[in-house]
Amino acid sequence: MADMTKRVPIAEQEPQVRAHNFDEVCLGYTEEEAVEEAKRCLNCKNPRCVGGCPVSIRIPEFIHAVTERDFKKAYEIISDSSSLPAVCGRVCPQETQCEGVCIRGIKGEAVAIGKLERFVADWARENGIHPEPPKEKNGHKVAVIGSGPSGLTCAGDLAKMGYDVTIFEALQKAGGVLVYGIPEFRLPKDKVVAAEVNNVKGLGVDIETDVVIGKSLTIDDLMEEFGFEAVYIGSGAGLPRFMGIPGETANGVFSANEVLTRSNLMKAYEDKDTPIIHGKKVVVVGGGNVAMDAARTALRLGAEVHIVYRRSEKELPARAEEVHHAKEEGIHFDLLQNPVEILADDKGWVKGIRVIKMQLGEPDASGRRRPVPIEGSEYEIDCDTVIMALGTSPNPLIASTTKGLDTNKKGCILAKEEDGETSKTAVYAGGDAVTGAATVILAMGAGKAAAKGIDAYFKNKK
Amino acid sequence: MYEIVRKEQLASNILLMDVKAPMVTHSCLPGQFIIAIAEEDGERIPLTICDYDREKQLVTIVFQPIGESTEKIAKLNVGDSFHDFVGPLGKPSELCIPENLEETKKKHIVFISGGVGTAPVYCQVKWLHEHGVDVDVIQGSRNKDLLFFEDKMREAAGNLYVCTDDGSYEFHGMGTDRLQALWDEGKRYDWCVAIGPMIMMKFVCKLTEKLGIHTVVSMNPIMVDGTGMCGACRLIVGGEVKFACVDGPEFDGHKVDFDKAMQRMQQYKTEEGRKKLEYEEGDTHHGGCGVCGGDK
Ligand SMILES: Cc1cc2nc3c(=O)[nH]c(=O)nc-3n(C[C@H](O)[C@H](O)[C@H](O)COP(=O)(O)OP(=O)(O)OC[C@H]3O[C@@H](n4cnc5c(N)ncnc54)[C@H](O)[C@@H]3O)c2cc1C
Ligand SMILES: Cc1cc2nc3c(=O)[nH]c(=O)nc-3n(C[C@H](O)[C@H](O)[C@H](O)COP(=O)(O)OP(=O)(O)OC[C@H]3O[C@@H](n4cnc5c(N)ncnc54)[C@H](O)[C@@H]3O)c2cc1C
Ligand code: SF4
Ligand code: SF4
Ligand code: FES
Repeated sequence: MADMTKRVPIAEQEPQVRAHNFDEVCLGYTEEEAVEEAKRCLNCKNPRCVGGCPVSIRIPEFIHAVTERDFKKAYEIISDSSSLPAVCGRVCPQETQCEGVCIRGIKGEAVAIGKLERFVADWARENGIHPEPPKEKNGHKVAVIGSGPSGLTCAGDLAKMGYDVTIFEALQKAGGVLVYGIPEFRLPKDKVVAAEVNNVKGLGVDIETDVVIGKSLTIDDLMEEFGFEAVYIGSGAGLPRFMGIPGETANGVFSANEVLTRSNLMKAYEDKDTPIIHGKKVVVVGGGNVAMDAARTALRLGAEVHIVYRRSEKELPARAEEVHHAKEEGIHFDLLQNPVEILADDKGWVKGIRVIKMQLGEPDASGRRRPVPIEGSEYEIDCDTVIMALGTSPNPLIASTTKGLDTNKKGCILAKEEDGETSKTAVYAGGDAVTGAATVILAMGAGKAAAKGIDAYFKNKK
Repeated sequence: MYEIVRKEQLASNILLMDVKAPMVTHSCLPGQFIIAIAEEDGERIPLTICDYDREKQLVTIVFQPIGESTEKIAKLNVGDSFHDFVGPLGKPSELCIPENLEETKKKHIVFISGGVGTAPVYCQVKWLHEHGVDVDVIQGSRNKDLLFFEDKMREAAGNLYVCTDDGSYEFHGMGTDRLQALWDEGKRYDWCVAIGPMIMMKFVCKLTEKLGIHTVVSMNPIMVDGTGMCGACRLIVGGEVKFACVDGPEFDGHKVDFDKAMQRMQQYKTEEGRKKLEYEEGDTHHGGCGVCGGDK
């Protein structure tokens, strides 16, 4: 009898091997392994896990279907609540969501809900199961801005209800952060992301890439000139923050977005046309998923990488699995330190970074203990590249060109949580554009809610 | 698809293309730029809009093949299509915004172009001419062979002053020399727009600061997305960090930190750019010649 307090182990590429390639780190469960892991679920009457999932996937039900090897049914149960299970199973911060509250986690390891979800979604894709397009169209045109998880979900759901949906995407490829941000080794682009995008297309959704709303066309153009009766804004939060410290314009200082975009969207790692840094010693500033992704990308491009983060390990906002993987791969964590200056040589190239040590003080508004500098503790770290991964905020392009669309101080679009309604009639919004940088599952959930909201809007209009 | 309907060689190593791009021509104005991608997984190459025809939905670009990606674009022919062609990006020139026209008409304006910069200058000069504003233009070129658009420019400009670095045609000297000469003759301007290589814009700004002429420059730093997402294009303007792709590309030239900007242009030159640079500098690229789009 297997030890039921422990998870069925999952196959991963060896750290020393994967540190030199961009292939997916986690190889996923086999059928046997998935069924065995599924059996660990206690099928709770009052499943706490469901409450931990932002879109309330009926977790014990799908897991039960896995124990019965009815993977199709499992997929259908998940699909009732989520349209991107292959993505969410891979990138959700499960330890703070579904798995964080799983009853199994009290005396042992939580059920590997994310890994099971991923298994089911991968199985469905490999077995050619796609969502069905609607039998009838209702003739109403809706425009969706942005093809990230939020826009894709909203578009997919509306298409299933019979709407005529067009997605407008500023970049050359659809997928939002899933294509330009999260690296191949965590989320395979062709296998997973492109397949999800194709599913949405398969529902009859048109995707127009290379259209920047607010520049090429405005929201008013879409509604007045192009006949769209409603609009969903899922434009994300792509604007990078810098620290504003001396030396930040030195050569060799990049935003994580630049490095990740060149690597993921333009496939610099496959040696395509776009140039990319080949630093020897890289410092990444920040502790979130973006920092981990930038760090592990730089590592794979051949650098020694240090993550500089101002709080302690406990406060790292990145997914636990990514921190664990990053450590295994040999990334150095320089915690409780904060950069104060970037040092450049006489030609303007980065040669180091000056940091100050920090200690944790009282908890701040976010509930995390506030880092305070320790006076006189400054020292220098040698490096030739600095990558800033300090978080992002929504791009003002859309808000500034749309009359009557209200935003808050941070530039986030104001929208009702339950249905995405904004201050402008027939315009809905959700995802990172509303919340600021958050998660894939929340963005997806907002897209779903807004699809319902838009449908209700049309029904009430009649 | 973004089909190329016309391709012309304007001078040795300077090409013009008309590209079908309805989403760009829907609302573009002079001063804005587009991003072109030649083929899948290609580099995003920013190029200034050099003319446009809203009715025919055509955008004109003029460029100099200087590296891998611009070479790839140069190989495309009439009938071929760009994989991607997105825009208009950036802000229009403040002179060419219809609402600003009354203000514009009060100004005494001179444009100074260098090399490939002549094409975007022409776009603005033509727009102003069509809206009843005649401006003076100083058109600089390294030599006579590299000069293009002279006739079109003469038609659209109030006065056209051509100059060549080597004296092979018209005035012998650079744009700055020509402006100084006009000033000495008693010409007066209160607004200058300079578009060309960074080094040329830097020297124009030095001169116009002395002469007290407000000067606008079009900055062309390294860009990736062109929508404010990557920060690659950041510049120091008036002591503040600005993103050229969304806050520009045109800025008050007297506030731009050109040395920082030129230093940042070197970013990728140590890596993949090296090879091409050697090739580039071996022939035309000396910096400041007013010909090469390379350090523009
Ligand atoms: C590197 C990185 C790693 C991450 N890792 C995780 C993780 O492990 N787990 C997790 O849950 N979350 C993660 N996140 C966060 C997550 O990716 C986002 O919260 C999520 O993608 C938000 O989805 P969205 O649809 O709102 O926006 P996005 O995914 O940002 O998509 C917005 C899309 O809109 C387009 N757009 C923007 N403006 C315009 C315009 N004017 N016109 C047309 N199109 C426009 C953009 O090009 C983009 O394609 C990560 C984020 C990053 C950057
Ligand atoms: C807003 C804007 C408008 C522009 N308009 C024009 C135009 O109308 N006509 C024209 O000929 N050129 C223009 N440029 C410059 C043009 O984009 C570059 O020549 C081109 O990107 C070089 O790409 P490449 O791959 O061929 O060369 P690469 O092989 O990338 O590089 C050659 C060298 O050029 C440098 N470089 C890389 N990216 C850029 C960049 N974006 N700008 C300048 N140098 C770069 C690199 O350091 C490299 O070493 C413009 C640039 C910007 C930002
Ligand atoms: S969507 Fe995310 S939170 Fe919900 S069950 Fe799946 S992995 Fe857990
Ligand atoms: S809480 Fe854990 S054990 Fe209970 S149903 Fe959910 S996954 Fe199964
Ligand atoms: S080009 Fe990326 S922010 Fe300007």
